[in-house]
Amino acid sequence: MKSIDFSVKAVEMKNIVKKFGDFTANDQINLTVHKGEVHALLGENGAGKSTLMNVLYGLYQPTSGEIFINGDKKDIIDPNAAITCGIGMVHQHFMLVETFTVAENIVLGMEPTKKGLLDMAKAIKNVEEISKKYGLFVDPNEKIYNISVGMQQRVEILKALYRGADILILDEPTAVLTPQEIKELVQIMRNLTEQGKTIIIITHKLKEIKEVADYCTIIRRGKYIDTVDVSKTTESELASKMVGREVIFEVEKREKEKGKLSLKIDNLVVKNNRGIDAVRGLSLEVFEGEILGLAGIDGNGQSELIESLTGLRPVVSGKIHVNSKEITNKTPLSILENKLSSIPEDRQKRGLVMEYSVAENMVLENYRVKPFSNKGILNHDEIKVFAEKLIDKFDVRTEGPTQVVSALSGGNQQKVIIAREVTNDPDVLVAAQPTRGLDVGAIEFVHKALIELRNENKAVLLVSLELDEIMNIADRIAVIYEGVIVGIMDAKDANENKIGLMMAGGAKDEAI
Amino acid sequence: MKLFDKIKSKVIGLFLKENLKFTLISIFIGFLIGSMTLAVAGFNPFRAYAIMLSGVFGRLNYIAWVIIRSTPLILTGLSITFAFKTGLFNIGAEGQFIIGALVAALAGYFIQLPAIVHIPVVILLAASAAALWGGIAGYLKAKFGVHEVIATIMLNWIALYLTNFVVTLEAVQIPARPVSHNIQPTASLMFFQQWKVTEEGRAWLLDNFLAREILRTPFNAGILFAVILAVVVWYILKHTTLGYELKAVGLNKHAAEYAGINVQKNIVRAMLISGALAGMAGAFHVLGNTQRIAILAAMEGFGFNGIAVALIGGSTAIGVVLSAFLFGALQYGGTKIQLALGAPTEVINIMIGTIVFFIAIPRLIKILLAKFSKKRGEDNA
Amino acid sequence: MLESLAFIIGITLMYSTPLIFTALGGVISENSGVINIGLEGMMTMGAFVGATVAYFTGNPWLAFLAAGLAATLLAFLHAVASVTYSANQVVSGIAINFLGSGIALFLSRMFFDGATMTKPIPLDGTMPRPLHNLFIGLSENLPGFAGRMFERNSVINLIFDQDATVFIALASVFAVWFVLYKTKIGLRIRAVGEHPKSADTLGINVTKIRYFCVMASGMFAGFGGAALSIAIVANFRQTLVSGHGFIALAAMIFGKWKPQGAMWACMLFGAANALVVFFGRAASPIQISQQLLSMLPYILTLIVLTGIVGRANAPKALGVPYEKDKS
Repeated sequence: MKSIDFSVKAVEMKNIVKKFGDFTANDQINLTVHKGEVHALLGENGAGKSTLMNVLYGLYQPTSGEIFINGDKKDIIDPNAAITCGIGMVHQHFMLVETFTVAENIVLGMEPTKKGLLDMAKAIKNVEEISKKYGLFVDPNEKIYNISVGMQQRVEILKALYRGADILILDEPTAVLTPQEIKELVQIMRNLTEQGKTIIIITHKLKEIKEVADYCTIIRRGKYIDTVDVSKTTESELASKMVGREVIFEVEKREKEKGKLSLKIDNLVVKNNRGIDAVRGLSLEVFEGEILGLAGIDGNGQSELIESLTGLRPVVSGKIHVNSKEITNKTPLSILENKLSSIPEDRQKRGLVMEYSVAENMVLENYRVKPFSNKGILNHDEIKVFAEKLIDKFDVRTEGPTQVVSALSGGNQQKVIIAREVTNDPDVLVAAQPTRGLDVGAIEFVHKALIELRNENKAVLLVSLELDEIMNIADRIAVIYEGVIVGIMDAKDANENKIGLMMAGGAKDEAI
Repeated sequence: MKLFDKIKSKVIGLFLKENLKFTLISIFIGFLIGSMTLAVAGFNPFRAYAIMLSGVFGRLNYIAWVIIRSTPLILTGLSITFAFKTGLFNIGAEGQFIIGALVAALAGYFIQLPAIVHIPVVILLAASAAALWGGIAGYLKAKFGVHEVIATIMLNWIALYLTNFVVTLEAVQIPARPVSHNIQPTASLMFFQQWKVTEEGRAWLLDNFLAREILRTPFNAGILFAVILAVVVWYILKHTTLGYELKAVGLNKHAAEYAGINVQKNIVRAMLISGALAGMAGAFHVLGNTQRIAILAAMEGFGFNGIAVALIGGSTAIGVVLSAFLFGALQYGGTKIQLALGAPTEVINIMIGTIVFFIAIPRLIKILLAKFSKKRGEDNA
Repeated sequence: MLESLAFIIGITLMYSTPLIFTALGGVISENSGVINIGLEGMMTMGAFVGATVAYFTGNPWLAFLAAGLAATLLAFLHAVASVTYSANQVVSGIAINFLGSGIALFLSRMFFDGATMTKPIPLDGTMPRPLHNLFIGLSENLPGFAGRMFERNSVINLIFDQDATVFIALASVFAVWFVLYKTKIGLRIRAVGEHPKSADTLGINVTKIRYFCVMASGMFAGFGGAALSIAIVANFRQTLVSGHGFIALAAMIFGKWKPQGAMWACMLFGAANALVVFFGRAASPIQISQQLLSMLPYILTLIVLTGIVGRANAPKALGVPYEKDKS
């Protein structure tokens, strides 16, 4: 039931080069997509996929190269031009005005008017019409900050369709969705191609490509590698093309008995920013010498849980103990002193002072103590020596301890944080999405560091949105859904379907 | 020798810094726009600058005046810099200055102590009161999330009316004049204030030209304190855990909080210190120069000018000292062109506005520089 | 009693007018995501140009428009810096304040023989009071009580016999509200202030909108200055504006970046001024120190801010330059 029309090249990008200063993000990339096809754009983080698509959507101007839409050469000078060419884009980070309603977001830029005034009644009617036509239900009057991530994605797709898009670019569309929502998205994509739409999907998830894409173009470090027929390839072939070498999917990890109870969370209740209970009576135990993986869809209380563990968010009720010492509602400093360290979810926001040097960041949690300072006077020499040691030990690629952290790559920034947290010698380490946005090499490094910590008999709580990551390195897996633990199991007994269902809330309907 | 080399490499390093380059170019553009303004208005800019130059450096007492004018600017500039470093925009240096001046005038007049005790007591009281004044804004921000800009704008006006209220009290005001009583001589920081008007002093000064030149002005010890405080501020920011924490809060309060630094406490601390610095500006202004305070019809601008000083100074202590001198010299020199040429002294404000404007847009300067060097390259080819 | 209240209301309206204009300017600029701390300088510029044009032409309307135009030009500089060259908007605004007062005073000295104040504007050069003659006519021609309703110092007269600028300001509040919340351009302005990238991806020209808004904010600040110099007083002098622009800025924040909110906040400051005038009159029932009374609105604002205004009312992208081509 394929709907591809091979006689029409919906998109053809030829020899696209895009430079940012000295950095070449796209180096002579070619891409051909036929009408009615789902075409995957595969590459690691930072490979240049998003840049290429931003060029196609007119957000960036290519340094050189040509673009043809349906066979005609086009200069896509801005998103307006892209929209005129029938191109729509759903960005990875949604481009929605949170304080606006669904309808306002969809019509923004092409607002219906009556006598020069905004005609919201008509806007709502229009939105209802297209949402019916493509089977994408939304409530046009709801404010964006009140709707789920899956809904927000629908709004984004509707935004493109409202503008008459025939070519849809979806940037990492599944990153924030539940397995069930992903299934729905796949169905939506099928519907759309049947109605003659062409879809380009940016991703680094191989499984998804196998599931939805017809063809796949692989990009590595800004360079075009290959375009393949998805039905005639395997995941590992795709993977090796993406990374440029054989990829080991399994992480080596020796068997280990877990020790005594280290982190104990009892009936915890925590509110989110809007004052609604986000963690609702959650209990969890993490033992010495184990990695407990906490799986779940984004927005089910993980962030609030982590923030309450690290003292950044007040606990409404319930208790947290580290090695039988209570740390509930203690200050971040006192929690650190009680040997709970963490790798924060958002490293640039929480983990680093970007304008500080590598050395200054490495002492961010212990500048107060000797030998780094004495009676309030910093000892710059000691700090430097310490930083040099860690740079060496954790293989941080930097010009030296005085280089500002913002000049480092994402992976090396993460190494700075890990170096700092691990050197704190914690009893419990909370690692929140520690590999987000890192390339394969850096991911391996992080995983090894976590396993090493486990082997040193520390307790590690790994919170991740990547189920694969949890399946790979956790000893036990807990699933969080709407602020409570809905299941806990040994990694050996886990399978993806089972966890996927739990992540979606037990999914009793699915079980039937 | 080693020390000398170290200093030399530091100085060279400073000049290689991009920021300094942009600042110097901005200052140059400021002078350029200033001369264009003068030219368009029908004044010879070269003559104007010559008059300003000789009006600033021509005589020792001119230089003394520039220093006197620069003293409060150094301190308000430091005050604003300190808050900047913690990510706070202290528009309230103006009000903190007023409070410092008010308390200095009161404590200088009402308290009777020997000079050696009186002066430190007055400074301490003025600094503490102004610290509290700044601290209010810090507390409101830390505790209630009230934006410091709006809080300090309010506090500026409250300070202004408060000082006017106090000055008009019977015990404070000189009857029928819009000023307070002069401070006791024991509180004055003016050099040889008493002696220079005695017969003996006059006689001695008659024979000593240099000293006479300087002591014609209210030359005072304020500048010494200001420079010492600049060093203290530099040391705190660079070498103490306090400075490390404040800067961390200013650069990324989320990371600071995560690392166990108490963000709220540091916001209050920064505003306390910032307020104390601005308050000392007011105190030195009264103790060294004016000896009293007057009813204010409007803000005097020491705090607002301090913002420009801080910006031109690139938010470093040494930069603030230098830019305060530039500011003071321009202001003082500006009055000279008014007298000599009838050219509006406000050309100085236009120059300062231009300098700050270009400091805000280093990107444009970069583009201009690139064009300029390209053109030169073509010419050479 | 009723007359006293009317007196206070009348003075309140008069004093809040310059603030309302200027705060509206702030509302427009900041809703598009550009901080405008340069309102003070733009207002000074407007006050000077208004007074000067009124003095030379004797035409208050020309003066009013010229004031708006002059401040718009100054705002253009702020737009160039903060929109095109991604300036630190606060720093650029500070520069505008120096430039505004610098240029105004420089020109004042040029035009008025070295004085930092303009000559008094002739009577027909000041803002007219549109209802003034009507009220006189009514009070003279209507019989008995009906006529007395409109005479000098009657309640209606005290409240409504105002400079034209007062009515224009109130109409502008409505107009700005209407544009921001009921029109296409308003929706786009707010989108640009909240999420410029989103607007950009939908083909909305962020640069154009921000330029428009910053310049419009200059125009309103210029009107605000003129409302001081050609309506409330009849000349420009060095201390005329001193701080009004900052108060308007505070009022805008106090009013949660909304036109009607800003208006009420401006009225609070105006009311305090009115109280100072009221209690300062010889006929005042009680004597309160003017200085202490003057502090009132500022203290009140601080107290109110701690109570009700939370943190997250500002447009999300406020103060963040939008850079398109950046990886």
